[in-house]
Amino acid sequence: MSNPILTAAMINKIDHCSSKFPVDQKRSALLMALRVVQDEYGWLSEQAIDAVADHLSLPRIYAYEVVEFYSLYRRKKPGKHVIKVCNSISCYLCASQDLIHLCEKKLGIKLGETTPCGRFTLEETECIAACAGAPAILVNDAVYHEEVTATKLDQILHGLTTNEVPND
Amino acid sequence: MIEPGPVCYRTLAYPNSHHLSTYQAIGGYEVIKDIITNQTPADTIIEAIKASGLVGRGGAAFPSGLKMSFMPKSADTIKYLVCNSDEGEPGTSKDRFILSENPHQLIEGLLIAAYAIGASVVYNYLRGEFDVPYQRMEKALEEAREQGYVGQNIFNSGLTIDIYNVSGAGSYIVGEETAMLESLEGKRAYPRAKPPFPAMSGLYGCPTTINNTETLASLPVIIQQGPSWYKNYHSENSGGTKIFCVSGHVMRPKIMELPLGIPFTELLDKVGGIRDGNRLKAVIPGGSSMKILPAEVMLNIHMDYASLKAAGSAIGTGAVIVLDETCCMVEILTCLMNFYKHESCGQCTPCREGTPWIYRTLIELLNGKSSVAAVESLCRIAGNIEGKTICAFGEAVAWPVTSFLQHFSDEFIYFAEHGHSMVKGRKKS
Ligand SMILES: Cc1cc2nc3c(=O)[nH]c(=O)nc-3n(C[C@H](O)[C@H](O)[C@H](O)COP(=O)(O)O)c2cc1C
Ligand code: FES
Repeated sequence: MSNPILTAAMINKIDHCSSKFPVDQKRSALLMALRVVQDEYGWLSEQAIDAVADHLSLPRIYAYEVVEFYSLYRRKKPGKHVIKVCNSISCYLCASQDLIHLCEKKLGIKLGETTPCGRFTLEETECIAACAGAPAILVNDAVYHEEVTATKLDQILHGLTTNEVPND
Repeated sequence: MIEPGPVCYRTLAYPNSHHLSTYQAIGGYEVIKDIITNQTPADTIIEAIKASGLVGRGGAAFPSGLKMSFMPKSADTIKYLVCNSDEGEPGTSKDRFILSENPHQLIEGLLIAAYAIGASVVYNYLRGEFDVPYQRMEKALEEAREQGYVGQNIFNSGLTIDIYNVSGAGSYIVGEETAMLESLEGKRAYPRAKPPFPAMSGLYGCPTTINNTETLASLPVIIQQGPSWYKNYHSENSGGTKIFCVSGHVMRPKIMELPLGIPFTELLDKVGGIRDGNRLKAVIPGGSSMKILPAEVMLNIHMDYASLKAAGSAIGTGAVIVLDETCCMVEILTCLMNFYKHESCGQCTPCREGTPWIYRTLIELLNGKSSVAAVESLCRIAGNIEGKTICAFGEAVAWPVTSFLQHFSDEFIYFAEHGHSMVKGRKKS
């Protein structure tokens, strides 16, 4: 019977991650395997975590340990797009606090919340290595936007609503 | 925002800087090819790296050639090289562009280092947010494999050097080298107690060397141009080039690969000076963990390892964070401590308890509910973290605290006594 959580495509990707490590070191692939599944569902349910551990033949507790430790893993379903504003030192010096307030105003939510329509989640992030492009925003844990102004923020949000992610 | 440079940022002067053809056109992969076809002894390479004066660009400035020489020479166990592309130190944005704009040079650097230490497997650990850099590195590796530069029987020599990109999952502490080994083993990133050092017992218990991305990407040019070219790049013994990421209150924040030893004032000119015609107040010269220096010290500094050390700080990652006169130092230190409180891995009690304690003390100060005695307690708490933890995160927390209080204690005391900032609300001088 095929696994209801891990699709064939996901298993392919996970096995590719495993192939980077010695055959007797399956645990090494755990971090990336969890990310493969999270990228698909947006978050990690108990069933998803168990499925990854089972697929790698690891005790499930190994998977829970890392999910709790690393900050990119999510245990709750977020909005369709996660907007993270960097609030570490270089961005802070370039008014990241104002940018956070602007995001809150535009989206009508507070940090940590999701819009009622489920489209956006707003969060803070620590430094994402875009410090010379402060203030910086990270969308969906992958897309960087730098030197974000009010106008640029509008473009980013508009791009996401119309599903054309502007390239930065 | 980012300028081409003489070493790690060489290809940025060309369109499609990350393409294999671009790198080949400037002599890419010729160095490793020469080494392998001439069977250059590993010691010759290590000696050249020692002679070049290259020190670790990841923050700790450990001599790179010396570190390589710690690896056991015997061929009876598998050895690993790990490239630290976690780039988590606030203020630092340099490795990201090596990965995305010059991936082939990094691959050649990995091959040279792996050859020199006898490693047959290399892991390049990128932070989990680096999506574009990861894709670029994967593509570059695929091309390098196709060319026979990476994998089995490279350059038809019978030698195997495999390279793999690995992606992290969000953590500052994973940048600490032994925490990275734990993470590569699929565990929480808890730094390991040393000894044993990774050269003796590293990844999976095997001999391992860990280096920063910039350190490794520098190797092809150092070997190609020769150690003395590098070492005397700016002036005698200045020690090569460094990527400086200048951020904060400057007109045009920028990432530039420059000669070590250039005056700080020159660096400041290159970014257009301080924003809004304001005056310079202070600089954190090497990433958020390094000690802050006041303007009068910085204005006489040359950006090299010896000068910054003599001034009581360090080059660290080369992240130059510039603060102008509008900064309230209590507020800035609170911002820094917010980061460390969030990132303490919780393994060692002094750090797990002390870091949030410092943060809470600062928040009370900012809320006008503090005392001079509480301000004085900050250095004591920091002193009880520094040197009392498994890894250098303890120093990374303590150094900002003690240096802010060394140079700007009047602002902290004023805040405690008056319940508001000495700086905020004051007219521009
Ligand atoms: C808390 C902490 C975080 C660190 N983060 C990084 C990092 O993100 N990137 C890095 O290269 N080195 C980082 N380091 C330094 C590494 O432990 C190690 O010294 C370095 O990767 C060695 O490479 P190098 O000798 O080429 O500099 C960190 C150290 C500590 C204590
Ligand atoms: S401080 Fe915001 S990206 Fe580095």
